[in-house]
Amino acid sequence: MFDYLEKQLPKLILAPTAIVTLVCMYGFIGWTAALSFTKSRMLPQWDFVGWHQYERLFANPRWHVALDNLLVFTVLFIVIALFLGLMLAILLDRNIRNDGALRTIYLYPMAVSFIVTGTAWKWILNPGLGIEKMVRDLGFTDFEFRWLVDPDMAIYTIVIAAVWQSSGFVMAMFLSGLRGVDDSLIKAAQMDGASVFRTYWHVILPVMRPVFFGAVVILSHIAIKSFDLVQSLTGGGPGYASDLPATFMYTHAFSRAQMGLGAASAMVMLAGVMAIIVPYLYSELRGKKS
Amino acid sequence: MSSLTLSKKLYKAFFITLLLVFALAYLGPLYVMLTTSFKGIEEIRNGNILALPNALNGSAWVKAWSSACTGGDCYGLAPYFWNSMRIVIPALLISTAVGALNGYVLSQWRFKGSNFLFGALLFGCFIPFQVILLPMAKLLAWLGLANTVTGLVLVHVIYGIAFTTLFFRNYYVGIPNELVRAARLDGAGFFAIFRHVFLPLSTPIIVVSVIWQFTQIWNDFLFGVVYSGPGTQPITVALNNLVNTTMGGKEYNVDMAAAVIAALPTLVVYIVAGKYFVRGLTAGAVKG
Repeated sequence: MFDYLEKQLPKLILAPTAIVTLVCMYGFIGWTAALSFTKSRMLPQWDFVGWHQYERLFANPRWHVALDNLLVFTVLFIVIALFLGLMLAILLDRNIRNDGALRTIYLYPMAVSFIVTGTAWKWILNPGLGIEKMVRDLGFTDFEFRWLVDPDMAIYTIVIAAVWQSSGFVMAMFLSGLRGVDDSLIKAAQMDGASVFRTYWHVILPVMRPVFFGAVVILSHIAIKSFDLVQSLTGGGPGYASDLPATFMYTHAFSRAQMGLGAASAMVMLAGVMAIIVPYLYSELRGKKS
Repeated sequence: MSSLTLSKKLYKAFFITLLLVFALAYLGPLYVMLTTSFKGIEEIRNGNILALPNALNGSAWVKAWSSACTGGDCYGLAPYFWNSMRIVIPALLISTAVGALNGYVLSQWRFKGSNFLFGALLFGCFIPFQVILLPMAKLLAWLGLANTVTGLVLVHVIYGIAFTTLFFRNYYVGIPNELVRAARLDGAGFFAIFRHVFLPLSTPIIVVSVIWQFTQIWNDFLFGVVYSGPGTQPITVALNNLVNTTMGGKEYNVDMAAAVIAALPTLVVYIVAGKYFVRGLTAGAVKG
């Protein structure tokens, strides 16, 4: 009996995690999926109405604003964060031997929550007293900088704050990648007379492809899940001009008693994440085996 | 030849200047938060956002900590700071312990289906939590844990295990299985091997896991805002309420002091153990 138990111990240890994963991840996803096909408003109810909630969702202009914002935000956020991160990593790698202090400075925003980030940038971008006033005090009295209250520009304030928070992380990823590049590769390229730029472009960057993809996956994942930053920086406003799918879902499921619609929007978000993650995980796991 | 080295030197000076300019830009928001928090309201209205405070005025800090209004009540951030601690500490201890045992099994005691379970768990690191928010609320209500600190601990443990398991599994996978076999020949059991062989080797990964969980849970807003009630809110939710409370005039100095208070624990962790912090961040991306 004791022997049997000892043999089963590894399975027993994993059992709680397996059950919790099955119920609280996959079961809950199924529950939300089912809910998205019902008329549920305040409380869950199980009258199935087919794709009705999805039709409502995609007929809703606010959802389209959220999707457009997500596209603008994700593309800009990823491109700028990658560019800054890569640039800082290359500059640090080539010029400074003892880079601890600088690295710490570039990376500290990552330790700060999106709520704090949003609070800080909301103050810095404050139309009356922030950057606008600072530039006006310098003598440019007509200077205007009110993106925070401009429906067309509010989404870009979220890009600024998100880049500040996350680009140091990209720098750290690239830097550890660069430090792992074989020195002889670089020497060989330089012996062949390649310029520094060409060495990076043709020799080093291709080696860093996995790091690059890893960074893109993580950044797009951060972008799709973005909720806290919008809540604290713009509150989705002005109006709903800076809504993202995550804030749309929260508003409809929890404050507007539109549970079915909220569930449908959550399922669309899941589909979006899966479209990015599944190929990535697949290639990662397959790459490991070969 | 000497002109080449001169231009090289100039380039280098230029690049280092560029790096320093960026460092100042990254430090900017923290600088603004700190200086604003020590100014008086008049000084903020009339002065420049980048100016140093005239005097170190700590009253905004006292107010942010003990008497600022966060929505309904006006006890400052202090009660919510301790709420966050009461959520974070048990949640990170439990999820790290479970993750260590899971990782030990998944790397050294594999059985049929264990890899499948790991894959299923890994996927959980990536799901957008919006997709589990509604059913989780039901479950918490059913367990009688809605709007409680215990409920939030439970939620953070459940959705943190995927990450902690990933950390430990990837760390233990690098330890040769011969160690386990040899120990078993000596008659050591499952727990004895874990305790005497694996645990002593685990300090770095325990630090990574604890720091990762601390930062994640302390900085969480989504679970906090959905599953807490009045009195059990974590500090991120309280900070957001404080900033958006519109009773009386806006007190930017109090807002900034509150923001720094909310950021302080994770900043301290980062400064003390930054190396491990980076390792945790990259462990999720570059799987070893």
